[in-house]
Amino acid sequence: MKRWWIRIIVALLPLVLASQAWAFTGEEVMRKSQAAFLYPGKDFKARVVMKLINKDGQERVREMTMLRKNTGDAGGDQKYFMYFFQPADVKEMAFMIHKYPARDDDRWMFIPAINMVKRIAAQDKRSSFVGSDFTYEDVSGRDIEDDTHALEREEKVGSRDCYVVKSTPKGADADFGSKTTWVDKANFLPLKEEQSDKKGARYKQFSADEVTNVKSIPTVVKRTMKNLQTGHRTEVAYLKTDYDLGIEDSLFSERFLRQPPRKWVE
Amino acid sequence: MMSIKTSAFLICLLSPCGYHMRTSQIKPFVLSLSKHEWLDLTWIFNPSILRQAQDERIKNQWVGRCAHAVAPYGRGLGRATAAALCFIALLAPFAACAETALSGFVQQNTAFNTVASNPDGPHYKWLEERVQLKLDASEGAWRLLAKGDLALDHLGRRDESELREGYLDYSGGNWDLRIGRQVITWGLGDLVFVNDVFPKDYEALFAGRPLEYLKRGTDALKLGAYPDFASFELVAAPNFRPSRTPDPGRFRLYDPMPGVANRETDTPGGGEWGLRIYRDVAGWDAALYLYHGFQRTPSMRSDSMTMPTKITYFYPELSLYGASLSGRVGEGVLSLEAAYYDSRQDQTGADFTVPNSQTRLLAGYQIQPVEDLSLGLQYYAEHMHDYPAYRAALPAGFPVDDRLNHTVTLRVTQLLMHQTLRLSAYAAHNANTGDQFINPEARYSFTDRVWGAVGANLFSGKPWGQFGQLSNDDNVYLQMRYEF
Repeated sequence: MKRWWIRIIVALLPLVLASQAWAFTGEEVMRKSQAAFLYPGKDFKARVVMKLINKDGQERVREMTMLRKNTGDAGGDQKYFMYFFQPADVKEMAFMIHKYPARDDDRWMFIPAINMVKRIAAQDKRSSFVGSDFTYEDVSGRDIEDDTHALEREEKVGSRDCYVVKSTPKGADADFGSKTTWVDKANFLPLKEEQSDKKGARYKQFSADEVTNVKSIPTVVKRTMKNLQTGHRTEVAYLKTDYDLGIEDSLFSERFLRQPPRKWVE
Repeated sequence: MMSIKTSAFLICLLSPCGYHMRTSQIKPFVLSLSKHEWLDLTWIFNPSILRQAQDERIKNQWVGRCAHAVAPYGRGLGRATAAALCFIALLAPFAACAETALSGFVQQNTAFNTVASNPDGPHYKWLEERVQLKLDASEGAWRLLAKGDLALDHLGRRDESELREGYLDYSGGNWDLRIGRQVITWGLGDLVFVNDVFPKDYEALFAGRPLEYLKRGTDALKLGAYPDFASFELVAAPNFRPSRTPDPGRFRLYDPMPGVANRETDTPGGGEWGLRIYRDVAGWDAALYLYHGFQRTPSMRSDSMTMPTKITYFYPELSLYGASLSGRVGEGVLSLEAAYYDSRQDQTGADFTVPNSQTRLLAGYQIQPVEDLSLGLQYYAEHMHDYPAYRAALPAGFPVDDRLNHTVTLRVTQLLMHQTLRLSAYAAHNANTGDQFINPEARYSFTDRVWGAVGANLFSGKPWGQFGQLSNDDNVYLQMRYEF
């Protein structure tokens, strides 16, 4: 009798395991992807070099140190600090963002020319980040609840197995009509994303061009966002990437916006 | 406080000490700045007066002596430049062992008159080439910054070179210290200054110079303390440094006594101090401000009311008590600011030639309705406290300021071409006098190192009004800069 039960269990096991693999909804995949892409580590630091390249190949460079600290769990509040090195006319400018998932961010900017810290309006989540093809949301994340997410299929990107999730904005605040994301099944990093505009035409395309392990955390260290309608693209390299550095909470303050400590921004 | 319109008038007063004459202070010029969305340049501008001696010199004695020593080697560079070089040279040993960075720019700046030539002849408000060198060195908790300009002015000035900033920082655990010439900015407004009592360069604003020239450095010691419950910033300056007001040789300012050539400036002998306390209060940025010092722009008196032979400019004593709040409201950012200006030399308000004590209020709202478009609206009010005394003392025939004075401003900024092209316009309108100021500007970054801007300063209003008196000083300006 006992053997009979064991046989049943053994026979059903593959089915159970297989169904687990399909257990994720589109929203769960995107939630895990956000955690893997934008929340790993307690904190994070990188020297970010953005190349803005027009369709004729002309380049402009934006270079900054980006610091992030999570104040809660994945999907929770975060603080960002960005200190600019290039271009020359914004050198030493600094940005601070307090990011809240369910409401508008708080943002401050330090303007070195007049030594002034100023709070700035932050409802423009879809506006370009420093003139690049990335938006603020592309850099620091879009609220999962702002879109509906449908797991459409599984597909390979290169040699990597991916979930393919289609996300459609619930409201009218987005500049895209829908986006499809290829999320690596193993580490949940987004490897590719295609955005369509509100008329359904192909609009922007994201690709994770290089993924490396930093302190055992899979990290996208090279990425590109291309505007398919204008031919303009932005290539981003994350240099000197590191996690869990013990960035103090006090860094994210007006004091250090005006005078960032060298050890954090260099 | 009296409005700028009366600032142009020489006002007579019979005092126990004899006759003396002064101008009143001016109402705030609400002026424009360059602005970038991600370089969203907003600040405020304080009352000024349209005349002041131009020979601002570095008062610091050791700097002066150094400058003297270097002068033979720096012929034509000017004392300030020599002082800047001295400053850098003295701290070179520090710089040598620290992590250092040298940067700077080369710049051409031209402003053409569009209505009339300058009172002293030329058709340009500004015409110069300029080089700035900046040394930034840090070692551990120490940092040295020295920023000096060498300028070649084509309109006859020889002293445009200067030490823009030069200071030493020490950063402790929850405190820090900065000593030397430094730019300090307080408050929240966009070219309407309520709590920012620190020196400005109003001539730079009117003459189409780049943004950073609208602020002057203060020679001060600044102590910051950052305990958990609030942040403190104490500023102490041993010597008063005034704002720079437009040169009557370049701007057609109303001069109530053009026949009196003998003029001198009486700069305060004492120092000044200020304290800013700030912290987050329920998601709002809250700050309190205290200041004791002097009006940053001068009043004036003459030696005789009936037969004046000499005019003296002086800086009335001032205490300020202010507060500000800034936070998110709706889709934008709301800024509120208030300050009480205690006119220490005119406590009763009966001395109408010294600014009356007043309250200043500012409400601003900034919003970005669509991508790369930013709108900023401000309402600014000044309320004169001892109005009956002012009215009673004001001689007949002089224009009367209103007890409450209103100004509204609008700024529109549009970024284009991946934020390399910025179109902006700033307009200020004084509801009491109808005076207006408009500053459109287009700025383009040709490369990551080269940018150029073209813009205009347009003034209109009553001939004695805050902007109207400058209506013959309309200008179109060009700025071109290579940064390295």
